[in-house]
Amino acid sequence: MTRLLQTLLDGVAVGSLYALIALGYTMVYGILRFINFAHSDVFMLGAWVSWALAMALGYSGVGAEIPWFAPALVLVGSMAACGLLGFLIERLAYRRLRSAPRINVLITAIGVSLLIENTGQLPALFGTQPQRMPALVPDLNLATLAGVNLPLVDVLVIGVSVGLMLGLEFLVHRTRLGLAMRAVSYDTRTAALMGIPVDRVISFTFVVGSALAAAAGFLNAAKYPGLNQAAHPTWILLGLKAFVAAVVGGIGNLRGAMAGGLLIGLVELFGAAYLSPHLRDVYVFVLLIVVLLVRPEGLLGKAVKEKV
Amino acid sequence: MRDLASRSAAHVPPLGRALLTSLGPVAAGLGLAALLHLATPSLGGFYTKVLMDVGINIVLAVSLNLVNGFTGQFSIGHAGFMAVGGYVAGSITYYGGFALFGTAMVEPGLFTPGALLFAVATLVGGLAAALAGFVVGLPSLRLRGDYLAIVTLGFGEILRVVVQRSGDVVSAGGDAATAEAVRAMPVTDWFTQVGGSLGFNGLPFHTNLFWVWTAVTAVLLLSARLKSSTHGRALLSIREDEIAAEAMGVPTTRLKVRAFVYAAFFAGIAGSLFAHEVGTTLNPRELGFQKSFEIVIMVVLGGMGSISGTIIAAIVLSVIPELFRSFSEYRMIAYALTLILMMLLRPQGLFGVRELWQLGPFARKGAR
Amino acid sequence: MRSASLFAGRRALISALAATLVLFSAGCGGGEKPAGGPEAGAPPKAADTIVIGEYGSMTGAEATFGQGTHEGVMLALEEINAAGGVLGKQVVVKDYDTQGKTQEAGTAVTRLITDDKVVAIVGEVASSLSIAGGRVAQQMGVPMVSPASTNPQVTQIGDMIFRVCFIDPFQGYVMATFAKDTLGSKKVAILYDQASAYSKGLKDDFVKAFTAGGGVISAEAAYTAGDQDYSAQLTTIRDGAPDAIFIPGYYTDVGNIAIQVKKLGINAKLLGGDGWDSPKLAEIGGTAIEGGYYSNHYAVEEARPEVAEFVKKYQARYGRVPDGMGALGYDATRLLVDAIGRAGSTDGKAIAKALAETKDFPGVTGSITIDAERNAQKSAVVLEMKGGKPVYVATVKPPGAADAAPPAAPVAAEGGAVPAPNAPAPTEAAPAKGAPPAGPGKAGKSGAP
Repeated sequence: MTRLLQTLLDGVAVGSLYALIALGYTMVYGILRFINFAHSDVFMLGAWVSWALAMALGYSGVGAEIPWFAPALVLVGSMAACGLLGFLIERLAYRRLRSAPRINVLITAIGVSLLIENTGQLPALFGTQPQRMPALVPDLNLATLAGVNLPLVDVLVIGVSVGLMLGLEFLVHRTRLGLAMRAVSYDTRTAALMGIPVDRVISFTFVVGSALAAAAGFLNAAKYPGLNQAAHPTWILLGLKAFVAAVVGGIGNLRGAMAGGLLIGLVELFGAAYLSPHLRDVYVFVLLIVVLLVRPEGLLGKAVKEKV
Repeated sequence: MRDLASRSAAHVPPLGRALLTSLGPVAAGLGLAALLHLATPSLGGFYTKVLMDVGINIVLAVSLNLVNGFTGQFSIGHAGFMAVGGYVAGSITYYGGFALFGTAMVEPGLFTPGALLFAVATLVGGLAAALAGFVVGLPSLRLRGDYLAIVTLGFGEILRVVVQRSGDVVSAGGDAATAEAVRAMPVTDWFTQVGGSLGFNGLPFHTNLFWVWTAVTAVLLLSARLKSSTHGRALLSIREDEIAAEAMGVPTTRLKVRAFVYAAFFAGIAGSLFAHEVGTTLNPRELGFQKSFEIVIMVVLGGMGSISGTIIAAIVLSVIPELFRSFSEYRMIAYALTLILMMLLRPQGLFGVRELWQLGPFARKGAR
Repeated sequence: MRSASLFAGRRALISALAATLVLFSAGCGGGEKPAGGPEAGAPPKAADTIVIGEYGSMTGAEATFGQGTHEGVMLALEEINAAGGVLGKQVVVKDYDTQGKTQEAGTAVTRLITDDKVVAIVGEVASSLSIAGGRVAQQMGVPMVSPASTNPQVTQIGDMIFRVCFIDPFQGYVMATFAKDTLGSKKVAILYDQASAYSKGLKDDFVKAFTAGGGVISAEAAYTAGDQDYSAQLTTIRDGAPDAIFIPGYYTDVGNIAIQVKKLGINAKLLGGDGWDSPKLAEIGGTAIEGGYYSNHYAVEEARPEVAEFVKKYQARYGRVPDGMGALGYDATRLLVDAIGRAGSTDGKAIAKALAETKDFPGVTGSITIDAERNAQKSAVVLEMKGGKPVYVATVKPPGAADAAPPAAPVAAEGGAVPAPNAPAPTEAAPAKGAPPAGPGKAGKSGAP
């Protein structure tokens, strides 16, 4: 029972992180129809920028004064910084290639990804060594049920993720801007004819997606304070799994991304706990292949017929 | 008007010329390979290694060009097939060496029994990789779009994790004891005891300039001949517009899979050459998507569809890491910036789809 | 339009060829430049200097290993050169960063030997990388001295590969004995790094020694270096209610693991090996790693005069206290240069012979004698993480060691399980117990992990 509850808790926490990252992938794919490989690096930067902010604000070290609003402050700061980064990436790298063959944009995305990783590792920025994220959230245990601890950090991770996802839902389905986003993802040219400023909507989409990834990065750093250096494959692997979540849920579908993220998190954790922890990465990719073979449009996706 | 038979007979080249154009390049390639091999002592260890690395990268890049370039698909799992080939071939030379010769470190060379085992092992490795290519390609190439990229990434990751869980390389301390242990093992164990995360240590150093550049010759011949053949043109048509090609009666799935399998075969060969090189170790973590990306970059920078462009890009990108070893942190940044700028300013790569000899003064009217 | 594309094509062709030519010539010429950048008063090449090579992880997750070793190496070289060098020449080092990757290790050693023409090599710390680089060194007949690789396989590669540290069968024995006798642990769980030859081997050696003494291994789980989440493994470990958890990994992961151990509420002592030794361990692990014990090559507070002197020199030079890697890098370099002097030449075989004959070389990390397997017979120390710093607890000698220099008294001895009065016990008890399992380092090859 203990193990079941513990795995459930961890699965939901990790799954919500995957969901946040998957949302960015899926939004970009919905609008531009391409896989933004650089997205996992925005997630990585979200974690590192949070670290840098926390260090700059003096929250590290023994006996540092950590005000109650510290996590919120760092989170918002990180989201803002990465949102800006997302805007820049779209503006500088992707905008010119909107009509180019898809492969070119994919390659550019890979280039941007490599650029971010290696620039992040420069001594002037984050360096080549792992660092410890200062603990901004007090190390409290909220409850203990059947031997399973419920740390404040986990509650925060799940809470913030859910909050952000609800916020996104509201944005996309209840506001005009969201309506514009949906219109552009449905049919870009017609949306433009309807007077929707497509470029601005696309920029906004990137900003939102990147901000969500940054939030995921911050939460990840809060839960796992040992930050691997920028070019470490772990970041890409995490981003990749989030991407799988987006595909499994139905790429282009927001609710699919959220569901997919949760599903992937649970699959990974339960597989690791009950099957073999050494193969934890495999479960996710096996699920991907199964879904692609059986229902390639994803669980919540709709099969799209291609018109010639 | 002469009849059809005599008109078509007029197009058949004389025997001499036919032999020249068909076997000539083969002989030239083998000759170059032999020449390089003989020059090895005078080149010195360092330049030999550089040339070997360049050759292996050419094989990898040109074979990937078959899929990414000719067919316009986006595969980023090439390193996975390289790993398959490397591990299978390594298992055969290592365990086979112990079983047959009593030691893995047999005399390398061209005509020694050890070299023969190596050649056989490399071919088997290539075939294994081709089989893997078939298994991976068939389901994913049925679908259109970016699915191949995702699946190949996933395949690479699954392979990495599976290999990491493999058993230790059998090494009982000393050739005699190990040979005994190996002879007592079932043959299937040869392929499961490959060292896991520690890498496959202990492989004999069979790779030399001759083998590498023979493989280069082979892959170049295949590519060049394919490009100008019916099959190749069909692949190009798939790249240009898959739906139109399908409408024209091109069996797209079958051809895509075939190109994929060819590419995987050569990746496997390259993997075996890589595994048996001095100073390299087969390690599952280092044959993952990052390595695949490096190969993709070579293909893209050279011009997807251009064989000569890919070769030049492979040469340049093999040499640069060595040049900038001291500034390695900036090297990757320069790499990435080059990639981005290339895509923004000259997306067709160095040569686009044309070959070196089709450019500039050599361009023929209407040549493609 | 045709001419435009013709021109563009020709331009592309010419620029491509030009670029390739330039790069090739630069590449061919670049091999001769000392790649440390142009130095105004560069030491005259070849004729007047002896070049040794160094390869280590200067960047990456194990960066402090490479950096620490490098500092030790440079300190040694400065002393040596100030005293006149060796064989009448100054000693120069050429170093490459392996970034913690085995591929880079092999390439670095190949380049050192074939391009930089070094006469001997110092490196690496991580055993997996030493194995990769060592195979090349052995193949090309250049002697290599590893400062800190403890996996037995490293020196098993061949007669050109040596090390100045103890090996894992001994280290496993040290921690197993410490756990059993000093901490009184009966049940130990293991969490090791399956991607590291060092971790895997040390785990096997610990298990062998611990079970031979009657202990029980409650669970054995693995992670891969760089993993973030250990909850699955730790939940399994928690179920077994162990007294201690043995984590023979590298400091970055150990720090992260410690945090999660605490989070899951597991009350067990944390034990480890020399892979913990880094100033970053406390930084990453924070309070979670307090009270953890690990075996190491030397301790700053050891009462031996060489240690105090070395610490002083190091502090003056670098402004901080040396860790194990600094000390070992220092010793490895000094031993290597000493061997070159004894060999009287820079021939690989001669140097290797001189290395093999090393007896009682005075090192900071202890007196170094190279045995028949090209390993060093040395004692180990056990350190405890206290107040964010490693603190000396005990010394353990290899079983059967003849000379009984009394173990240095621990500087601060208090609290729970710190065994001030017990320190001699493992030492004296060891020979009395007869040959411990696998006879670490002594006669006969230790069984391959």
